[in-house]
Amino acid sequence: MADIALAPRRAKTEIREATAWDKLRHNKNWLGFWFMVPAMAFLIFFLAYPLGLGIWLSFTDARIGRVGHYIGTENYEWLWDDSIFWLSVFNTLLYTSIASAIKFAVGLYLALLLNERMPFKALLRAAVLIPFIVPTVLSALAFWWIFDSQFSIISWSLKHLGLITQNINFLGDSTWARICVIFANIWRGVPFVAITLLAGLQTVQPSLYEAATLDGASRWQMFRFITYPLLTPIIAVVMTFSVLFTFTDFQLIWAMTRGGPVNATHLMATLSYQRAIIAGQLGEGAAISSAMIPFLLAAIMVSWFGLQRRKWQQGESND
Amino acid sequence: MTDLPAQKADLKSILSTPARVDNSEGMSYLQSVPRRIVTLYIPLSIIVIILLFPFYWMGLTAIKPDDQLLDLDKYNPFWTWNPTFKHIHKLLFESYYPHWLWNTMYVAIGATVLSIIASVLAAYAIVRLRYKGANVVGGLIFLAYLVPPSILFIPLATVVFQYGLFDSPLALILTYPTILIPFSTWLLMGYFKTIPFELEECALIDGASRWQILIKIVLPLAIPGLISAFIFCFTLCWNEFIYALTFLQSTPNKTVPVAIVNEFVDGDIYRWGSLMAGALCGSLPLVILYAFFVEHYVSAMTGAVKE
Repeated sequence: MADIALAPRRAKTEIREATAWDKLRHNKNWLGFWFMVPAMAFLIFFLAYPLGLGIWLSFTDARIGRVGHYIGTENYEWLWDDSIFWLSVFNTLLYTSIASAIKFAVGLYLALLLNERMPFKALLRAAVLIPFIVPTVLSALAFWWIFDSQFSIISWSLKHLGLITQNINFLGDSTWARICVIFANIWRGVPFVAITLLAGLQTVQPSLYEAATLDGASRWQMFRFITYPLLTPIIAVVMTFSVLFTFTDFQLIWAMTRGGPVNATHLMATLSYQRAIIAGQLGEGAAISSAMIPFLLAAIMVSWFGLQRRKWQQGESND
Repeated sequence: MTDLPAQKADLKSILSTPARVDNSEGMSYLQSVPRRIVTLYIPLSIIVIILLFPFYWMGLTAIKPDDQLLDLDKYNPFWTWNPTFKHIHKLLFESYYPHWLWNTMYVAIGATVLSIIASVLAAYAIVRLRYKGANVVGGLIFLAYLVPPSILFIPLATVVFQYGLFDSPLALILTYPTILIPFSTWLLMGYFKTIPFELEECALIDGASRWQILIKIVLPLAIPGLISAFIFCFTLCWNEFIYALTFLQSTPNKTVPVAIVNEFVDGDIYRWGSLMAGALCGSLPLVILYAFFVEHYVSAMTGAVKE
């Protein structure tokens, strides 16, 4: 009883004015700042700073073990006259455009197939994603073995089918080597495109298809006028990622061909590695990788504005 | 944004339980069986076989005896009746392979844990504290996701060298989060948005600090998101190649992908068995992890894209 009588008085004495420290402790911006510190520290020290440093390095003659001096645009002028650099640009554009286009087509097709009703659906979907899970380098090694010049299983099969008489020199011939690395890239990228588009497909209301069927739409019309427009936003995002990662691909090429034969499969990323780390010309390598930035920005812009326009056409708000 | 369609679907399936039989039938009765075989099963099986064949080939090569590997005429190359564990044995007991596996695991777990901690804090602050400029920071983090490692590895190599981290696993543990944080922050932001704000308001009224709210209310509710982020980050680390190739030099320090490409590729004509065994053993941990968490995996992949 005594406690109850005493309690309010004690509580009263404990209430005090909020100090500046208390106010600060509950200030959103102050708290937010401290919550952001770890992530920002990583991103600033190991992403933003190196990004700037890379552009700076491309204007210097830095080598491994030697700090560079500012030499203006000499690296870029040197690259401008370098036929191997232009070959790598051509290869990168060829690689990206063909691989992305086929990845999109096959991925969308596979997504549509997986969206159908069938037995073992979950198992199939899980199996389809495996190429995406396995480290690229390791599957690239499997492709290296599949495309071996002497013991290729493809050459063997084609020979036994009577289609060819000689082994195909898959990774030794420049055209074949390009086809092989593009194929391996498509193989690796299709699951990502298919599974993400499948997630988009599953949000399309079945009633739309039912209505279209009643109106007598063919399967192609249903795809063209229902599925495709509703999928466009997610297609734009998926393809931006796909183009971006294909354009800057390194590991697949490095594991399969290292840029050979006669630089036919050198991409800008592999060339910059070769020049910067193996040959030690950090400045020149940095110039090659900085030269990728405009292309990447262009790719991002195209998909970004593609996305915006589509939203506007659909009458959605741009949130 | 992402969660709306999912919730709608859930709600619908709950509401329409009595009519589920009709719904699941859909419009597929409009298609005859032969038509389905031609338009669905045949193309699907061709694609799936192409997607899975390299793994079959990898596994088969890893257990084939050497003479059968190179003699395609005497033996059917698509199968072997006398499997051998010679290659795998050689890999595990006569090379640094266990070291490399351990390195990869160590780097992957270290980098993943660091990034998850950093991104939980960042995502919570962006979604729930909504400090001044939170949206701009969110956008910047998304942009950071689009900066590829192949642009950064040259300057990062000089940075790593300056800090004296060259040839140390720490170099990878500190640089991998730049790939992982943007992705997992974005993913966790989506998850945090789905947690009702009212729960936090109640806790605030009861006198909980922001830190307590995060640890005791938000994180337990976001466990599926955390698992997704964790396994996806782990896979990305395991898969990373260019940083590991550039920052690590000595053989015992390497990670599996780099080590296999650099150490196993020699002039030996019989290398294929151990090379494929190495690739197989390097992939298996991820495939096993994936088998247990397929759903989390898919939601991680699609969640980050749909946001």
